[in-house]
Amino acid sequence: MPLVEIRAVDKAFQRDSERVEIFTRLNLDIEEGSFTALMGPSGSGKSTLLNLVAGLDRPTSGSVRVAGAEVSAMSPNQLAPWRARHIGFVFQQLNLLPVLTAWQNVELPLLLTSLSRRERDERIRLALGVVGLEDRMKHFPRQLSGGQEQRVAIARAIVADPTLVLLDEPTGQLDAKSSQDVLALLSRLNDEFKKTIIMVTHDAHAAASARTVLHLEKGQLIERQGAMA
Amino acid sequence: MKYLHLVLANLGRHKRRTLLTIASVALALFLFASLRTVVTTLAAAAQFGSARRLVSTNATGIVFPLPLSYANKLQATPGVEAVSWANWFGGRYGDNKRFFAQFAVDPASYLEMYPEISLPEDQKQAFIRERSSAIIGRRLVDIFGWKLGQDVTIQGTIYPGDWTFTIRGIYTPTDAVINDDMMLFQHEYLEERTGRPGQAGWYVLRIDDGDQSASIAKGIDDQFRNSNAATKTGTEQAFNASFATMWGNVSLLMGTIGMAVVFAILLVTANAMMMSARERTREVAVLKTIGFTDRTLFGLVMVEAGLIAGIGAVLGLGGAKLLYKSTNFNAGGFLPGFDVTTSTLLIGAGVTLLLMLASGLVPAVRAARLPVVQALRRVE
Amino acid sequence: MKIPLIYNLRSVMQRPTSTAFTAIGIGLVVAVFIGMLALANGFRAALTRTGSDRNALVLRRGADSELSSGLDREAVSILAASPHVAPGPDGRPLFSAESYLLIPLSRRGADTNAVANVVVRGVAAAAWQVRQNLVITEGQAPVPGRNEVCVGRTMALKFPNTDVGQALRFGGRDWAVVCHFTADGSSFESEVWGDAEQFQPVFRREGFSSASFRLADPAAFEEAKRVLEADQRLQVDVYREAAFYAEQSEVLGRILEILAFLITSIMAVGAIFGAVNTMYAAVAARAPEIAVLLTLGFHPRSVLLSFLVESALIALVGGVLGILLVLPVNGVVTSTTNWASFSEIAFSFRITPALLLSGVVFAAVMGTLGGFFPAWRAARRPVVQALR
Repeated sequence: MPLVEIRAVDKAFQRDSERVEIFTRLNLDIEEGSFTALMGPSGSGKSTLLNLVAGLDRPTSGSVRVAGAEVSAMSPNQLAPWRARHIGFVFQQLNLLPVLTAWQNVELPLLLTSLSRRERDERIRLALGVVGLEDRMKHFPRQLSGGQEQRVAIARAIVADPTLVLLDEPTGQLDAKSSQDVLALLSRLNDEFKKTIIMVTHDAHAAASARTVLHLEKGQLIERQGAMA
Repeated sequence: MKYLHLVLANLGRHKRRTLLTIASVALALFLFASLRTVVTTLAAAAQFGSARRLVSTNATGIVFPLPLSYANKLQATPGVEAVSWANWFGGRYGDNKRFFAQFAVDPASYLEMYPEISLPEDQKQAFIRERSSAIIGRRLVDIFGWKLGQDVTIQGTIYPGDWTFTIRGIYTPTDAVINDDMMLFQHEYLEERTGRPGQAGWYVLRIDDGDQSASIAKGIDDQFRNSNAATKTGTEQAFNASFATMWGNVSLLMGTIGMAVVFAILLVTANAMMMSARERTREVAVLKTIGFTDRTLFGLVMVEAGLIAGIGAVLGLGGAKLLYKSTNFNAGGFLPGFDVTTSTLLIGAGVTLLLMLASGLVPAVRAARLPVVQALRRVE
Repeated sequence: MKIPLIYNLRSVMQRPTSTAFTAIGIGLVVAVFIGMLALANGFRAALTRTGSDRNALVLRRGADSELSSGLDREAVSILAASPHVAPGPDGRPLFSAESYLLIPLSRRGADTNAVANVVVRGVAAAAWQVRQNLVITEGQAPVPGRNEVCVGRTMALKFPNTDVGQALRFGGRDWAVVCHFTADGSSFESEVWGDAEQFQPVFRREGFSSASFRLADPAAFEEAKRVLEADQRLQVDVYREAAFYAEQSEVLGRILEILAFLITSIMAVGAIFGAVNTMYAAVAARAPEIAVLLTLGFHPRSVLLSFLVESALIALVGGVLGILLVLPVNGVVTSTTNWASFSEIAFSFRITPALLLSGVVFAAVMGTLGGFFPAWRAARRPVVQALR
């Protein structure tokens, strides 16, 4: 069974008196262990799709199932703990709380679990190690470069061992070198740690890191092979 | 003024913040006006008094009486035109929740002495004629619902027992400072019921020449210095003034609280202006690019601060003035004539100006000085 | 609380000016609140301390204060002989007949128009035993038969010519000040005491104003009251001394308290509005952070609680500042006229721990109220909107 099943999903927005339809009757399967890039022109709804999977938004009609759960039918009260358990999310920017250190930022999802202090510390150290930033753990976001910030955000996204890692334009604000680091990290997460990753991006080069590349055009998903040698 | 819509648009951007800030200013100035009015009302009471009226009390203390025999001697004193006297009765009515003053007076001479206590001629005559009658201030009608012709019973404290009077007159003071909630009854009634010869609590005299008040007063005190009850005579104003001081240092208390209030509100307003300033960097840059001068931008911010402070001031000061006037407030009789004076309004306006400057100056200067290039960079 | 407190603390420090202004605003409200209630407290305390539960006070029937009361010698001797009066160690009844007089005196450094009506109390030697907590701090008690007076502590502070050895002039005579006394902060400290018999001819007063005595059996007050009030020869009202003086503080005490609540309520609304503004701005500025927290899976109610706590914390800091601001006023002596007895009474501001606690609670309430709607808004904002 696919990890993510999207069936006949419609999504429309009301902008003043106008009704804008983002997609209609969309279908999508994401397999466990896959690394999918979602591409498309601006306004095509790729971020919206990601939000639907994370339960941050609700489809106008249709069904979104993640790990067997009907996400589109859950109430906000149910979604919060569900998200805590199953989703790791990385935004394009402003991921980290500026007043907390890298360590404290990564700790946040673990505060929603019942792990002991010692267990939490272990996991944080692990996560920061994976992204290669143990030496920066006491730094504040303003003391980190853009790329380092994003890597901390990724550490936070994986620290609670979620079912899915979702990223919305993770390299959008980064220079070439930092982008490279981040993308290499994501590849490693997928290859080595078998993490299921869905990444929204407009950058073809970033998409090349993914195993599968999907294009969202005019409300339809078209798969193009993105695997690079 | 052609830029007013810019200022208004800015204010409208955060309607809630604007409204809350205006409300805070209004509340603070309302409080300020109220506090200051306590002080001005007491001062007005302290200054009230005819230049031609003197008050004579027992030099030992106001609670000691003077013999009634002094009346003739006082009348005969050169410079004295008319003499009257009164006694404090100090009774309780009902559950005593609402205190009001009662005096035993010599009706004819007392009313002649105080034309400010004004009532219809027929009521005046009835009061003079009838021994057990009383006249009341018109506020007592509102408070207790008493009517002309009604019997009212007071419990005596200094003069024990139940005292029943028939209301034969309702007076209206011609000057707001005079209490409109007193009860006056006949001195002879007091004498009659206690069975003892009467005494005067204090004497009130009218003299023919106000400039002579000091010398006439001294003459009177000299006259009685070595008798049983020495007198202390002074102008009516001095008499009233000494009562006003009995409250203690009210003006210090009210003044201190007033300062705290104004300062607190200053902080609230300045805070709000600062928040607006932080958000307006973009607009300022754009306006400057279009060609607005630094001076204009300075002015726009100051006008914004001024509008907030000004509207709040009108609401607060005006509200206080209207409220006390329309409800005829007099603090349960303790502060007759409680009315927000022009001086209070003017000082309130001054405070408002201060508020405008203190809260608007820093953001205004910042806006004027903002380097366009730096600001535009932040726009992205 | 799931969201770490350190997040709130550090965020608050990110906007120091805004936080400081809000806190100080709330602090000022708390200061005025505590200050005014301390004033009322002090006034009430001075009068409450004046009376003893073991004593009874006798006034003429219908009189509402010692000033308006009068007892003649005959009534006084009947009362003194009552079995309800406790005997003293020397066998004589613990009974004090007193004259209550008001004398106009000018305060130190004030203009002569500003007179205060000071209580001059004519007593017998027994008064020093009957009335409670009296301690002569300087000099010797006045000798009966002499024109000597003893001055209460606060009276000595506020009025001239009251040092031991000086002469106080009133009633057309000079009176030698031979001692100072304290009375545990009660209203007696605002009084001048002298020999009742000496006062009578000077003030042309026959008889006394009131009488106070130690109850032979304090538990049997009701009995004593019933018997004495029923006595046809007397025509008196009998009160428990403590209750009587406490009652005298009612009117002015109540006025001060009502004034305190009115003024601080209005101020509080203004301060709360300030807090509301600050918190809304904070929520708006931290919208991305809120989005992150909600996305991570923190409950909306955790976010709500977090901002409420933040607002309450700022207010609490303000409350502490307010307390520090107002503490110096504690013990400051001031005076006013107690209209119930027409007498000048000096008392000090009295801040109690309970009052400080209520100030702190008041601050927290203001902060919570101010933060409520912004926090609500923070929690309810759909994540998607916050991300845009």
